[in-house]
Amino acid sequence: MAMLEVRDLEVNYGAINAIKKISFDVNEGEVIALIGANGAGKTTTLHTITGLLKAKGGSVKFEGKELLKTPPHKIVEMGMAHVPEGRRIFQQLSVYKNLTMGAFIRKDKAGIEETLAKVYEKFPRLEERKKQIAGTLSGGEQQMLAMGRALMSNPKIVVMDEPSMGLSPLFVGEVFKIIEEIKASGTTVLLVEQNAKKALEIADRAYVLETGKIVLSGDAKDLMNDDSVKKAYLGE
Amino acid sequence: MKTLNTMNKTSKNNFITYGIVLAIFIFCAVYIETDMATFLFKGLMVPICVNVILAVSLNLTVGILGELSLGHAGFMCVGAFAGSFFSMMTQETLTSVWIRFPLAFIIGGLSAAFIGLLVGIPVLRLRGDYLAIVTLAFCEIIKNIMNNLYIAKDINGLHFAIGVGAYNEIEFDAASKQVLINGAMGITGTPNDSNYFWGFALIFITLIVILNLVNSRTGRAIMSIRDNRIAAESVGINITKHKLIAFVISAFFAGVAGVLYSHNLSSVIATKFDYNYSILVLVFVVLGGIGSMRGSVIAAIILTALPEFLRDIGNLSDYRMLIYAILLIAMMLINNNDYLHQMTQGVLGKFRLGKKSKKNEQEGVS
Repeated sequence: MAMLEVRDLEVNYGAINAIKKISFDVNEGEVIALIGANGAGKTTTLHTITGLLKAKGGSVKFEGKELLKTPPHKIVEMGMAHVPEGRRIFQQLSVYKNLTMGAFIRKDKAGIEETLAKVYEKFPRLEERKKQIAGTLSGGEQQMLAMGRALMSNPKIVVMDEPSMGLSPLFVGEVFKIIEEIKASGTTVLLVEQNAKKALEIADRAYVLETGKIVLSGDAKDLMNDDSVKKAYLGE
Repeated sequence: MKTLNTMNKTSKNNFITYGIVLAIFIFCAVYIETDMATFLFKGLMVPICVNVILAVSLNLTVGILGELSLGHAGFMCVGAFAGSFFSMMTQETLTSVWIRFPLAFIIGGLSAAFIGLLVGIPVLRLRGDYLAIVTLAFCEIIKNIMNNLYIAKDINGLHFAIGVGAYNEIEFDAASKQVLINGAMGITGTPNDSNYFWGFALIFITLIVILNLVNSRTGRAIMSIRDNRIAAESVGINITKHKLIAFVISAFFAGVAGVLYSHNLSSVIATKFDYNYSILVLVFVVLGGIGSMRGSVIAAIILTALPEFLRDIGNLSDYRMLIYAILLIAMMLINNNDYLHQMTQGVLGKFRLGKKSKKNEQEGVS
């Protein structure tokens, strides 16, 4: 059984049918990429999975438990962390406090310290700047902070929404390197990305979304060589 | 080590707030007890305390939770009537004011908190300005209900009626009839238990509860909802629950302020708790600085006392409201003036020279 099973998921915005019965699986330990153009429904899919949006139909099962009826804070407790789009950090708080907010649902102080040390190890830049007010970080650093904060809840799966959006090429490389590290440490990753080339390079499998439907799926390597994907998303 | 230092910073800030209130209390106590105070000064003490409690509690909703509430006077109204009703019912049985009055506060506060919960459960699940709209309507509804509510007792027990027609139809046992709440005439004959001592005690309790809440885990969760709702949701904070906690506590203390208010006057009428009163409390909060409890205390004191004292100063009494308006504008400008802000920071900095090495982290709350 897959860790995350999405079956016939349907989401509406008012009268508009944004997601039209999509199904996909995420297995434990995998990095799965959802790629597609603007407005394809990638973020909508993620928000429905993490409980920020209500679905019209279908089911989302995480380790066998239905997520669609579960409120967002319970979903985090079940072990799913969300890195929202556009670097939603707490601007007024210091880097350190942002990270401790990530461990809000945890009560084991020693465990939190341990995770914090691990996060600092992954993001040395955050440790250097732990006392700095988060709003004064650069865009790339803010993205690292959002990722670090998600890891603080010690999740089984991290759901990332456009982690490379609006970053310099240098930071884009860094962000994807970190996603690979997260995978190496045993955490599953569900990634939504417009940067199809980079996403396919690090993903195990990928799904291509087009106006609310999955039009292609398969191994990331195969998709990279697929002619239609090349033409539409890789600019070749 | 770092957390310890930030703790010091916030608790230091809190102790300054307590210190200011304590200093004002000692000043007032000495002034009144040595019989130097004018009648006006004594009469103003309880209204000032009421307004300070209202401002601090509204600041929890507006400043910390970041939701606009325009019906704070409505919760105060619920507390005032519930507390007064309780005091009148138990006046003969509970003769000790030290038992009866605190019970009245708790009952008034809990009634307001319960109504706050009823209003909050549906409204706080929504995003946007709905709370402002609903609390505005709620305040008017409560005012009108209280304006038409009749409660009287006789030998057969309590009688309730809404509207004067229904009230006149009730057949009373004339000998033992006692009117408790008399519609638009309000509630008359509440024991005059309020004084500045109770007022300041309640200010302290309000400040201790709210400042500790703000600096707790729950308080951080509430502020994170204000700062970034999606980020708060994504770290697993129960949005509705934390919003409700803040709103209900805010309503509780509005109810407590209502009890203090109603026990200061021989009769309380519902029309006093109107839209204008809610806005007045909001003015205290905005001018004192949104999110700053100390600011709310100071603004409530100045803006309550000033119009009354200006009345006393011979020639100025004609220009009383003019001066009040100028003061409002001046406070607004001073609050938002970067240059003045830097200057005060500089002056304060000189006092802290020795402690410069300590790491000061901005909490956003004083």
